[in-house]
Amino acid sequence: MAKRLMEPFLWSAFSAGGVVAAYLIPVHLFLFGLAFPLGWVPSPSPEALHALARHPLARIYLFVLCSLPLFHWAHRFRYTLYDGLQVKHLNEVITAFCYGGAVLGTIAAGYLLWNFR
Amino acid sequence: MPNEAGSTPSYTEFHPRWYRKRVSTYWWLWNWSYMKFVLREISSVFVAWFVVVTLVQIRCLREGSVAYAQWQAWMRSPLLLALNAVSLLFVVLHTVTWFNLTPRAMDLRVGGKRVPGLLIAGANYLAWAVVSAIVVRIILGG
Amino acid sequence: MAETIQLEVTRYSPERDASPGVQTFDVPCRKEWVVLDALNYIKDSLDGSLAYRWSCRMGICGSCGMMVNGEPKLTCATFLASYAPGPVRVEPLQYFPVVRDLVIEMSDFMRKLKGVKPWIIRPEEKPLAEGEYLQTPEQLDAYKQYSMCINCVLCYAACPVYGLDPLFAGPAAIALAQRYNLDSRDQGASERMDILSQHEGVWGCTFVGECTKVCPKNVDPAGAIQRYKLAAAKEWFKSLLMPWGTK
Repeated sequence: MAKRLMEPFLWSAFSAGGVVAAYLIPVHLFLFGLAFPLGWVPSPSPEALHALARHPLARIYLFVLCSLPLFHWAHRFRYTLYDGLQVKHLNEVITAFCYGGAVLGTIAAGYLLWNFR
Repeated sequence: MPNEAGSTPSYTEFHPRWYRKRVSTYWWLWNWSYMKFVLREISSVFVAWFVVVTLVQIRCLREGSVAYAQWQAWMRSPLLLALNAVSLLFVVLHTVTWFNLTPRAMDLRVGGKRVPGLLIAGANYLAWAVVSAIVVRIILGG
Repeated sequence: MAETIQLEVTRYSPERDASPGVQTFDVPCRKEWVVLDALNYIKDSLDGSLAYRWSCRMGICGSCGMMVNGEPKLTCATFLASYAPGPVRVEPLQYFPVVRDLVIEMSDFMRKLKGVKPWIIRPEEKPLAEGEYLQTPEQLDAYKQYSMCINCVLCYAACPVYGLDPLFAGPAAIALAQRYNLDSRDQGASERMDILSQHEGVWGCTFVGECTKVCPKNVDPAGAIQRYKLAAAKEWFKSLLMPWGTK
């Protein structure tokens, strides 16, 4: 049997990340990026947010929110570089940069959320 | 027709010289359909940007009110407001294109008949509205 | 309506030219004419050396594909008058090597088509005495759309990934593989998966969607490819988590 190809797995990660990004990012970005800073909606206090984020379910939610969309970006950006800039010959560099970046972000999210007191 | 080796010289077929045009690096610039596609793909960069902002937010939240207030001040700076406004546009572009394309990736059949794509996309939009409302409620209601 | 319309036609003679040039022709602009009629007029009355492919002139053989004003079209199905007052640019199909004038070299597509094994694969045929393979209307419906492909390769001319990556299998080949994978009489899905799951087979596709837009037969190759990716991904996880399943 041929060596196991990673592409189906990477595409699945891309899809899962795409779904998470599609459903959750707009509302989060709207609130924290525009509505709260511009004062359209009163921002909850840091204490209230801290209490909210401490909950184990909230931390899992935030981990998924930060990790999967990064894999979505990694896969899509890799192909954008291949097709847009035609740099397919830099294949290994691009792959390392994209998926490596996603892995690093995931590790950062895991570290930040693991002991969130 | 090619002959056996060592026999009389064989006829070499004339092979026309094909012309191959190299695809320009700007193939996506001159065609609106291609441009729409590239904009959709670029939305992934703004998705990654959101994750970066959120990771910083989580870190500041961990470190206490002072750090968080600094993060909030950063988010209020004109540069970041502009960047996040643009990001929101691209992220919504991602959502819309994603929901519109989802029905094409699946062949859902109920009772033998294919479920119309509009229904599947519509269900996604509805779910998006509901999920967003829930998130707002949780963040604001506390 | 204007009397004539100008056509800007690509000319390329490999013995004579280093690269393609353009020759303009003034052609009568008849209401019922298609671009193919204009090309035939040119060949009959103006310049008999123009080379191009055509056959059925009714949109079923898939021979007459060309770029008309930058879009892949069947010239027998594209009305001339809709481009009035012109000029109309007629070029050979994009992303294929040009043999001469408007004629392209299609053997890359032929090779890829053969590679996906577009025929019913069964390890064992039913004995003749048992009769035909029966198929319900629902089973036919599962693959019918993909069977409408006329191999006109307009989808390849629309696909930027095919233009950029010579190893990409391409929309029509994958859609035709799906036509057989989804056929209830076929048992060759795993054989085709080994071929298509090669790095460039299917995975180069980024769902641009142009192929479906230009397809004259509504085959929706983009949809076929995405469904294929989903099936391949499921198969990947299945074989990872349940490796004891025999195939």
